[in-house]
Parts: sequence; C-alpha cells; structure tokens
Amino acid sequence: MFELILQTIVNALVASSATALMAVGLVLIFGVMRVINFAHGELFMVGAYAVWYLYAQNGWPFMAAIAAALVVVLLIGLVMERFLFRPMRGNPLGGLIMSVGVLFILQVVAVEFGGVGLMKHVPSAVRGTVDLFGTGVLVPWQRVVVIGVSAVLLILLWLFLHRTKVGFALRACAQDPEAAALQGISINKFSLIAMGLGAGLAGAAGGVMAPLVRVDPYMGHSVIVTAFIVIIVGGVGSLEGAVLAAVLYTFFHTFVTTFYDGTIATILGLLIMLLVLIVKPTGIMGTSEKV
Amino acid sequence: MRKSDNTLLRWLGLAALAALVAALPFIVHPYQLIFLIFLLINIILVVSYRFVTITGEWSLIHVVMMGVGAYTSAILAKDLDLSVWLAMPLGGVAAALIAYVLSFPLFRMKGFYFLIGSFAAGEAIRLTWNQFREPFGGPKGIKLIPSPELTLPGLETIDLTFPPINYYFLTAIIMALCLWIMYRLEKSRIGLTLNAIHWKDVLAESVGVDVWRYRMLAFVTGSFFAGIAGALLAHYIGTINPDRFGLAMMLYVLVWTIVGGTATFAGPIIGVVALSVLDEAFRAFDQFRPAIYGVLLILTVRFLPNGLEALPAKLLGLRDRLTGGPRTAAERPRPASGGE
Repeated sequence: MFELILQTIVNALVASSATALMAVGLVLIFGVMRVINFAHGELFMVGAYAVWYLYAQNGWPFMAAIAAALVVVLLIGLVMERFLFRPMRGNPLGGLIMSVGVLFILQVVAVEFGGVGLMKHVPSAVRGTVDLFGTGVLVPWQRVVVIGVSAVLLILLWLFLHRTKVGFALRACAQDPEAAALQGISINKFSLIAMGLGAGLAGAAGGVMAPLVRVDPYMGHSVIVTAFIVIIVGGVGSLEGAVLAAVLYTFFHTFVTTFYDGTIATILGLLIMLLVLIVKPTGIMGTSEKV
Repeated sequence: MRKSDNTLLRWLGLAALAALVAALPFIVHPYQLIFLIFLLINIILVVSYRFVTITGEWSLIHVVMMGVGAYTSAILAKDLDLSVWLAMPLGGVAAALIAYVLSFPLFRMKGFYFLIGSFAAGEAIRLTWNQFREPFGGPKGIKLIPSPELTLPGLETIDLTFPPINYYFLTAIIMALCLWIMYRLEKSRIGLTLNAIHWKDVLAESVGVDVWRYRMLAFVTGSFFAGIAGALLAHYIGTINPDRFGLAMMLYVLVWTIVGGTATFAGPIIGVVALSVLDEAFRAFDQFRPAIYGVLLILTVRFLPNGLEALPAKLLGLRDRLTGGPRTAAERPRPASGGE
C-alpha cells in the first residue's frame, strides 16, 4: 500500500509538471491578449508529434527533439498571433473562434502527417529505473526526466518574468494592457512574446510527455479540459495560481483515478471548477477584474 | 416598398420554401434522403442555439442538451415502454428542466466564464452517460431504440422510419412547428427584451428587467428545442452514444451558426444548409472536412463578421464602390439588424 501511494505521488508529479506548463501558457496568453486559446491542446499534440517524428522516427536525441518541438510550436503560436488574434483584438469571442478554427486545422494536419489508425509509439529516451530514496519503490527514469525538464522550464520562465526588463513589461501587460500601453509598452510586440512563450511551453509539454501518453491527433481534448479546470481553479490571470492549481488538481485527479475511477475523477474535477466559478470566480490566487 | 407588399412577398417566399421542402424527397436520390433528414434535425439545432445566444451569451452545452433529449426519449421509450409520441416531447422537457436547474449556477457568470462554465457542466453530464452502464449504456450507449409508429383507423400500422420518406415528412413537420414557435417568441415582447439584454444588460436591469430570468428563459427555451432535435435523432438512427454529443459536434454547431451569421433568424439556417450541401458535394474529401470548416470559420470571422447572410449586402457594397454609388435608394444595403 505504501509503495502504491509513493508511486501515485510520482505519477501525480509527472502529470502536474505537464499540466503546469500548459496552464501557465494559457494564463500568459489570456493575460496579455484576453484570448482564450481553445487550440492549446492541439499545440500540445503538435509538440508530441514533433518528438515522435524527430526522435522516434528519425533518431534525433530526445532533448534535441524536445527543443525542436518547442521551436516549431512557438512559430505556430507567432503565426496565430500575428494573423488570427491580432485582427480580432478587443473581441474576445472572435479570438476564441479563431482558435477553434486552428484546432480543426491542426487535427487534420496531424492525421495527414501521421495517419489516424496506428498509435504512435515513442520509446523511452532513458531506460532503467531509480530506487526512490532507498525505499524499494522503483520509478522509471523517463518520469524523472519529465519532472526535471518541466521544472527547469518553469524556473526559467519565472526568472525571465521577474528578473528581466522584458519580463517586467510582459507582466505589466498581463495585469493591465491599457495602462501598459500608456507607458509606451507595445501591445503588439508583447502579444507576440506572450503567444510565442505560451505556445512554446505547450509544445515542450507535449514533447516531453510523448513517451508516456497515447500520441494521436485527438489527444489534445483531455489535455485542454484539464488545463481549463486548472486555470479556473487557479484564477485566470495568475501564473502562481496556475502552477499551484496544477499541482493540487493533478494530485487529486491521479489519486482518485488510481484508487477509484478515472471518469469519476474528471467529473469531480469539472464540478469543483463549477463550484469555484460560482463561489470564487477569481480562483484561489486571482485578483478581481475591472469591468 | 409598401408594408403590405412586403408581407405578401414574405408569404410567397415561405410558400415556395414549403413547396421545395415537400418536393425535395421526390427529386433527390433515395440515399440522399437520409442526408436531408439529418439536415432538418440540424436546422432545429442551430436555430435553437441562436435563440440561446440572442442575449449575447455563447454556451458550449447545447449539443449536450440535444443529448439529454435523445437519452431521455430513448430510455423512456425503450426501458419504460412509453409511446414514442409521448417520449419525444418529454425529451425536450427533460432538457428544459436541466437547463432550468443549471441556470442558477451558470447565469451568475458572463462572457468567457459562462462559456467555460457551460462547457464544464456539459462535459460532466456527458461523462456521466459514459460512466454509468445503467441506464445510459456506458461508452457504447443505447441501442435498438424503438421507432415511432402510426396507426390510422382502418389502416395497418406503419413504421415511420422505413421507408425514410415517412420520417422525412415527420421531421419536416416538427421542424416547421419548432421554427414557427421560436420565430414568434423572438418577435414577441420577450424576444425584444432578450435583444435589449444583449446590447445593454446593465441599462435593461436599471429599467426593471429581471436579466437573470430572461437569460434563463432563452436558455430553457433553446434547450427544449435542442432536446426535441435529439429525440428526433435518437428514434431515427436507433442508437446513441456519448461521443455523438461531444465537443466536436458542439464546435460544428458553432461553425454553422457563425458562418451563417446570427443577426437574423435565417442566418444559422443558411449556414447549416450551405455547409452541409458543401460536405455532401465533396464527400470524397471527407477527411479534410474539419480543416475546411476551420478555414471557413477563420475567413468568415475575419472578412465577413456578420456571416453569409450579410454576403449580398457586402457584394452590393463592393459593386457600389466599383461603379460609384448605388443606383437607387432601394438597392442601398441596409445594415443587418443587431449585427456586431
């Protein structure tokens, strides 16, 4: 029993690192551009496909494939911002509909690229297991890699946002785009940065998770549901809240899944999200928004 | 143009449309009849979706409401041996009831929060069907749903789903009835209030309109008709499962509605008819369908924000710009009422 609990904790940590990368990206995009990116799950999917193609099919080193996944999806994000979201600024529904269009297109591109029938197998990059603190609980190295890569990316993002001038300006944009614009911060430029960063993180998350999940064109659906729950619970517009909620929610979800049932876990998650929307729509760490 | 002329034209147009709907099954290839039945059901679906959006709130639960109607009607008719004729309207009532209960939490939210909240509520309902084998049948859903039968005095009982032409006319009649009710509602005082809430909800509230109640009313009404559409679907195809009412279908409904345009009653109908006919014409490219929809959606929102219904006005405007001004006052395009 003790062993199972420890294993579940490790699984929850793995899931929460990927979820945190997704949620932080969504929050960043929403903060600066006021667009809810419905295609975020598909960006995750493209990242996973990139790693499948480069690493599993063409023998690139795993880390290089992840870096490539990040860059490819980042570029997709830049195109989306420049040509789809920018003309829609000030029309939140318009931006959302644009992202729905992208969702459809990316799914078909994935089907054409890799075929829909067979599951894409991505082998583990690092073999073997590690004995967790000498307890006899064996954890595959691949899972440790996921946690490590995500942690590094999140720390880099935090340093970027809190220690560089560009990061300061980006946070200012996210807090209040209008006031930031009055200070001479170019919303266009920072929308591009936010969208690029958000998309890149989603691509990296998809890439790093590729060996652990089912890679198929429709894998984005469950990912986006989880990410929505997390950003609502964490408070839309709070990066710290998103990370905290990602950890809390995935622990909850992984434990209910392991010890009871996966679908029930998702239903409960959705109900928690509704409850948060009703009782405290600003989430656990969000601040109130001006109308 | 005088008002009486307008009314006369409108009636003539309606009569022509009715004649077309009645004549279509005798013109098309028999297998296309099935396509037409789905199209009529989808027309009920998009018109009822637009009814919900009149107040300016976009929900992502509409297709799940269709599912509520389908599941309720199927379970009542199959497991409880209720007459299909009673089960179908009860499917609509069940969807309306669930919409009413959900109004309490959901209409505390607006805009983006309402959208996400409605999505969460819908997913929770859909996953419940997926989870419980009794009575929902789990992921495989419900099979062998009874079809409606008609017994006329002195004649033998006929199965309305076979041949399909029977069901086509049943669906057409129910669709006409649903559309007529929603049209009348929109033109009534209630409909005007709903529009007022869309544009100036705070102002409407300040002059004594109970905004929550009207939003609830639009949501419950739209959901009722979505439930009817679901019941029609369930008893025709005879088998339903949770996947049929998932996000993919909801996004299709969104595409049909937006590409058609939501400013007028006819907009979503134009959208669903145009895109369905396009699908049918390019059957060979079925695997590209979502991508084509995606491109159309993006192009519409970008270049034709009022949808296909605004296309004639837009073309007239283009011609005017090329030739230098409209020739007569009557030709001048009028702005679509309530367009964004």
